[in-house]
Amino acid sequence: MSQVALNYLNATKGLKSWFCTLDHKRIGIMYLICIAVAFGLGGFFALALRLELISPKEILFTAKQYNQLFTLHGAVMVFLFIVPSIPASLGNFLLPLQLGAKDVAFPRLNLTSWYVYVFGALFCVYSMVAGAVDTGWTFYTPYSIDSATSVISMTLGAFILGFSSILTGVNFIVTIHKMRAPGLTWFRLPLMVWALYATSIIQVLATPVLAITLLLLVLERTMGIGIFNPALGGDPVLFQHFFWFYSHPAVYIMILPAMGIMSELVTTFCRKDIFGYKMIAFSSLAIAIISFLVWGHHLFVSGQSDYAAMIFSLLTYLVAIPSAVKVFNWVATMYRGSIQIKAPFLYFLGFMFLFCIGGFTGVMLGALSLDVHLHDTYFVVAHFHYVMMGGTVMAFIGGLHYWWPKMFGRMYNETLALIAWAFVMLGFNMVFFTQFILGSKGMPRRYYSYLDQFQPLHAFSTVGSWVLAVGFILMAFYLIDSLLNGKKAPSNPWGAMTLEWQTQSPPITENFLETPVVTHGPYDFGMEKQS
Amino acid sequence: MSMLVNKPHHVAHHFASEAQEFESARLGMWVFLVQELLFFGALFVAYGIFRWWHPQMFIEAHHYLSWKMGAFNTVVLIASSFTMVMAIRSAQVNERKPLISYLLLTLLFAGVFLGVKYIEYMEKIHHGLLPGHFFSAQGVSEYLHLFFGIYFTMTGLHGLHILVGMGLLVWLLVRAIRGEFHSEFYTPLEMVGLYWHFVDLVWIFLFPLLYLIG
Repeated sequence: MSQVALNYLNATKGLKSWFCTLDHKRIGIMYLICIAVAFGLGGFFALALRLELISPKEILFTAKQYNQLFTLHGAVMVFLFIVPSIPASLGNFLLPLQLGAKDVAFPRLNLTSWYVYVFGALFCVYSMVAGAVDTGWTFYTPYSIDSATSVISMTLGAFILGFSSILTGVNFIVTIHKMRAPGLTWFRLPLMVWALYATSIIQVLATPVLAITLLLLVLERTMGIGIFNPALGGDPVLFQHFFWFYSHPAVYIMILPAMGIMSELVTTFCRKDIFGYKMIAFSSLAIAIISFLVWGHHLFVSGQSDYAAMIFSLLTYLVAIPSAVKVFNWVATMYRGSIQIKAPFLYFLGFMFLFCIGGFTGVMLGALSLDVHLHDTYFVVAHFHYVMMGGTVMAFIGGLHYWWPKMFGRMYNETLALIAWAFVMLGFNMVFFTQFILGSKGMPRRYYSYLDQFQPLHAFSTVGSWVLAVGFILMAFYLIDSLLNGKKAPSNPWGAMTLEWQTQSPPITENFLETPVVTHGPYDFGMEKQS
Repeated sequence: MSMLVNKPHHVAHHFASEAQEFESARLGMWVFLVQELLFFGALFVAYGIFRWWHPQMFIEAHHYLSWKMGAFNTVVLIASSFTMVMAIRSAQVNERKPLISYLLLTLLFAGVFLGVKYIEYMEKIHHGLLPGHFFSAQGVSEYLHLFFGIYFTMTGLHGLHILVGMGLLVWLLVRAIRGEFHSEFYTPLEMVGLYWHFVDLVWIFLFPLLYLIG
């Protein structure tokens, strides 16, 4: 394909051409910048609170400030970073490209959702400045009703961010249904698209419940409607039910698109068709469906009935089945593949390793008797960081490296990427594997101080957070450097088969010179030889 | 009427055909309404739980609501749904004057609904039948304020949806007067119509659940 001088980045100039853009690629980049800032901010809070935990005594922060730090870390990472991370940035950029479409179905709605995100983020930032909230990111009642900190602005922020997420979900569902290129049947879709589809369904079905729950919390604080307040005849456990009815599916909003990236990475870097395409596609939907039926496993010690707990425990085990289907299929795809060890594939391997640990410990926590012991300990903290950071963040970074040449038309430095990966993997395991041990020994989460016997492990974990930070700083350095000094990227540097690689890097504003016609599956590497 | 010229509609650049554009909009609206359903759904769950816990309190509380006003408003909203449908129908058969009249009627019904709601709210405020912090009425049941917390949240959010709908109706009116809707293009009418029916439907559940207990 002939290279055209103009692309989506230089087609129009000036700030206005960005802030009023309807191009899904530019909106994806704008999301990427916001999300990177949020990740940096959340990471900064994490480093600060880990530093405080290096000793059981007060170092830098008071107990109240420490409560605010872990709340802000959680709220920023969940609502501003990880929920929108993959779908809104990479997903926005890729979805129309992978579908062979010119844009998403509703470009104006897409831009609106970005503005809604920024507006919600402003509320969160305001909340940080005006007496940062200290309830934990879960905002459990009754404490969140009484806390003197700025609960209302933070919950309103999360409420608004929720609508951004819903609008993206609506947009993606319609785009996948209606905007596919000629010949692009459902079973010829890249698995990333299936994953985004499953994610969008959860975004649309679960997020409104969080929205109304947070609104009720605001009404509780302002008018005392009493629904969640035991002093007024309400039920604080109802808040937990409502909250987790969203927030458990939400962890699948976070992990499903990551799994989509995994499928893309494994096929490209093994140069092999995916093993069990349909099983992987349907397992995404299965996870989306089961995700709505497991919220009660967060309430095993909250006074939920024994029978409910047993059923929720059983349903929680079921999640392991479609998750394992995916993992086994990825491993089977590697078998006899022609494996290229590049940075994106390293992150694929990192995901496999860390996600398996996170997944297995998740099944452990789903066991009733064990959960009573491990509930609200560092074991839970380690579990969800292995899934969310070891899973989603690893996949996000892997995907970012994979599509970086497509997004910006530049190659990053492979050697530095390898070094950064080593730091990230080492640092991550230092921080969080330690926390499995701490948790199993009984160290409760969210505590400001602890028994002296835990100090060596806490200190080790804190040192790990510095190693992790070095990895991310190095990554930020070489990625930004690549924009200025990177080698120009060809249209298909990895030899991948999906549609986004069939147009130039970076793509033109309308993505393809002419609408592609699809005649084969997304990972049909055999087709390459014939053509 | 034949003097009025219909403005042609241009399909947005990223769609291949008018049909694709229309179907995308309709699917998008339905998906959005599913979201709305879940949004109100949690409130209905809360309603169910508290009614199950305090059945006597709910029976007492509903006596403080005027079922006549509620019933009147139900009829008004059903009528507005009918005029909304007729507005879409008028566009489909290229009748602009009836289109504008039906939109105006829908807007009027919506206004009447909110007017009646205003009278009801004023009465509740006067008697102190309000959520927790502001509750000052003398009732028999202990947790009477819970009912009014739920009542004001549910009808308040529903009223907000009516208000948004009225804004959308004004927007439709302006575009209808400009001649943008005709048999070739009436997507916005259809979408607001779907939204409007949804809002009516919510009220049709709210009315018996709040006003007709016991």
